[in-house]
Amino acid sequence: MTETLQVFWATYNTLVFTVGVHAMLALSIFLTLSCGLLSLGNAAFMGIGAYTAALATLRLGLPFGEALALGGLLPGLVALVIGIPTLRLSGVYLAMATLGFGEVVRVIFLNLEITGGSMGLNGIPMKTQLWHILAILAVLVYGFVRIRRSKIGRSFEAIKEDETAAKAMGINTTAYKLLAFVMGAIIAGVAGGLNAHFTFFVSPREYGFDPAVDILTGAIFGGTGSFVGPMIGSAILAILPELLRFLQAFRLAVNGLILILVVIYLPNGIWDRKLFARLRKKGAA
Amino acid sequence: MIAQQLVNALTLGSVYALFALGFTLVFGVLEVINLSHGAVFMAGAYAALLLVTKANLGIWVALPLAMLVSGALGLLIDQVVLKPLRARRAHHLMPMIATIGVATLITNAIQGIFGAETSRFPFGTIPEESFQIGAIRITELQIAIVIISSLLMLLLVAILKHTRLGKAVRAVAENPQTSYLLGINVEAVFCLVSFTAAALGGGAGVLIGLSFNSIFPFMGQALIPKGVAVIILGGLGDVRGAMVGGLFLGVAEVMSVAYLSSDYRDAVAFGLLFLILLVRPAGLFGRVMERKA
Amino acid sequence: MLRINGLTKQFGGLRVLDEVSFQVPEGIIYGLIGPNGAGKTTLFNLITGIIKPTAGSVHLGSKLLTGLASYRVTRAGIGRTFQNIRIFREMTLLENVMVGMHDHLCYGLAGTLLALPSQRREEQRGRERARELLSWVSLEDKAGIEAGSLSYGEQRKLELARALATDPKLLLIDEPAAGMNPAETEELMAEITRISRRGYTILLIEHDMRLVMGLCQRIAVLNFGALIAEGTPEEIRRHAGVVEAYLGKDG
Repeated sequence: MTETLQVFWATYNTLVFTVGVHAMLALSIFLTLSCGLLSLGNAAFMGIGAYTAALATLRLGLPFGEALALGGLLPGLVALVIGIPTLRLSGVYLAMATLGFGEVVRVIFLNLEITGGSMGLNGIPMKTQLWHILAILAVLVYGFVRIRRSKIGRSFEAIKEDETAAKAMGINTTAYKLLAFVMGAIIAGVAGGLNAHFTFFVSPREYGFDPAVDILTGAIFGGTGSFVGPMIGSAILAILPELLRFLQAFRLAVNGLILILVVIYLPNGIWDRKLFARLRKKGAA
Repeated sequence: MIAQQLVNALTLGSVYALFALGFTLVFGVLEVINLSHGAVFMAGAYAALLLVTKANLGIWVALPLAMLVSGALGLLIDQVVLKPLRARRAHHLMPMIATIGVATLITNAIQGIFGAETSRFPFGTIPEESFQIGAIRITELQIAIVIISSLLMLLLVAILKHTRLGKAVRAVAENPQTSYLLGINVEAVFCLVSFTAAALGGGAGVLIGLSFNSIFPFMGQALIPKGVAVIILGGLGDVRGAMVGGLFLGVAEVMSVAYLSSDYRDAVAFGLLFLILLVRPAGLFGRVMERKA
Repeated sequence: MLRINGLTKQFGGLRVLDEVSFQVPEGIIYGLIGPNGAGKTTLFNLITGIIKPTAGSVHLGSKLLTGLASYRVTRAGIGRTFQNIRIFREMTLLENVMVGMHDHLCYGLAGTLLALPSQRREEQRGRERARELLSWVSLEDKAGIEAGSLSYGEQRKLELARALATDPKLLLIDEPAAGMNPAETEELMAEITRISRRGYTILLIEHDMRLVMGLCQRIAVLNFGALIAEGTPEEIRRHAGVVEAYLGKDG
């Protein structure tokens, strides 16, 4: 039995790590979606986190934990800078502001000496282990469960449903939106740091608009009713490329198609509690 | 030297304005940020390329035809993707997300079909003539681009201001429910606006394709953040604002390339956007829309 | 308690409210009436900070409300319901009311994540209070169901309970009887009277004359953005300008 596991691990460990990292990214975008915000910059935050953590390890010789912490902190600060002027306005403005953000970050990475230009950073030591990813995911899930049943979770939900009514309840909606956005950026940054330390290199190409759309598709596909949906959706979409390899360039087109179909026909995603309840009732009847 | 840059800026700016115009029209009337506008922009360019290479048409015949093609595509997107969401009164973010899916689908499908390489118009398609006025060099192409963009924009503004159709469109932009009660066929207006906006976007695609003589699948995607910056700069839904904003961005970009660094050219739009959101989020002509509870 | 002074609102060329001034004394039910488009809901929106006035001021006691952000106005002690019912449809009734308690649950992010005893206590207290408020409007047995599945009349009651959860000094109620049949309207009048007897000051926008005359101790009448009459129901009934506003010159 252990031998099969070892063989499985040898072949698929990168995929497992990738699924884990994608699950984290799904949670980061879920957080913003849960209060009615659309952030298309989470891939860019991931990139900032990846570069920061990699530089911390390579140039500053920091231990892994601290490198990851920095990798989470810097995107958080950037998110704060972007968020403060933008989040006083309606949620649509954040979507538009983060649209171009990914490209700007990519251009900056491409042109800075310290980030290695178009070559990126190489030779990052392999430091990520499975337990790191699982532990962080567990902590995140715990956090989400706690938040959901608190006034913070209710405030997010209220803001998502009706921001004006939420304000009428005394909720400082700007502060809460900022909280969701910054926390999402921190999570994405940490995911980036973890990613850098098992793929050995960081390049500017991986963190632009398309990966952001990937993350979004995974979350919407999974279903944004709870934090479980996005994790499942992104896991499926992370594995899908392996199965759809034969489609080559059209593989990404399929992602777009999935997004359209889900938004129109399955607006609550595949992990839809209400759908399950209805199906259970039909089954019992 | 500055005068030369201004000529370049005017050319670039007028195409940005044309692109942004379609974008802001859809927002103003349908209340949707249509992120597939870049895809119809790109489709227009490819349509023109095909018409020139396969059907042997002259570029100035291919242009209006390409606009028809992209207009039809825009209409199709509205009917297949946006209309069901309207009927369902979905959360306001959903149409935007759906159009992201459309953009991804179309862009990657085109890449799958045509490949990722940059295509060029065949030699002889683009007018080569240029004029020298003092220290400034102006090409025939630049003149054509500015004239065509300006004509299209003026035509649109004239229709909006002086025709009954234009009044109906403006009424729907103001308040769809009331317009419906007044007997205006709101769905028909939506269809018309989707078609027109996409046609203008496709036209902009052809003009940009000619201007840089390069057509590639992701050309529209690159323009979307700029289009967004322009419409926020000009004021969401404001037609004048889109035009002024587009010109402004053209000037800002050309000036930054000439006097700062060309590496960060694409970041200029984002910088502008950020600045506007800080200082005056309503944009140049926008009224901060106060929603009544 | 509520002092409105020279409140004016101009939207472009349109003067929606013109130098409106009146006062709402503590403890009464005060009615705000007028034909459609007279500016009543705009007045509410100005009081609650959703829009900013062109001129004039609003004071709650000694506190200046104009210029404050919407959520700060609520914290100052104004609760409100909306004309077109803005409950949170995907949340349960209990959760809806608990959202109203937002400012009165004393804990933050740290307490939530660390599951501190103080957070648990506050949540428990919030749940109990929410159930109590739901019982005031006879909805406590539906506490766990989704708000979107309530009937229209029940949704209005939920909105009232939720507004009460903000522990307001002044409760703004916007056209509560809209869309209700006579039986529901009767029940609503009783509801509002009960709330008033608990000591809440109420400012009420309403069209239904019977409801307004029956409930309110004082009434202000708006027409075309201007205050044309203010006084007790008897005084208003006899006021020529009011009759004209509603029925036209030949009415």
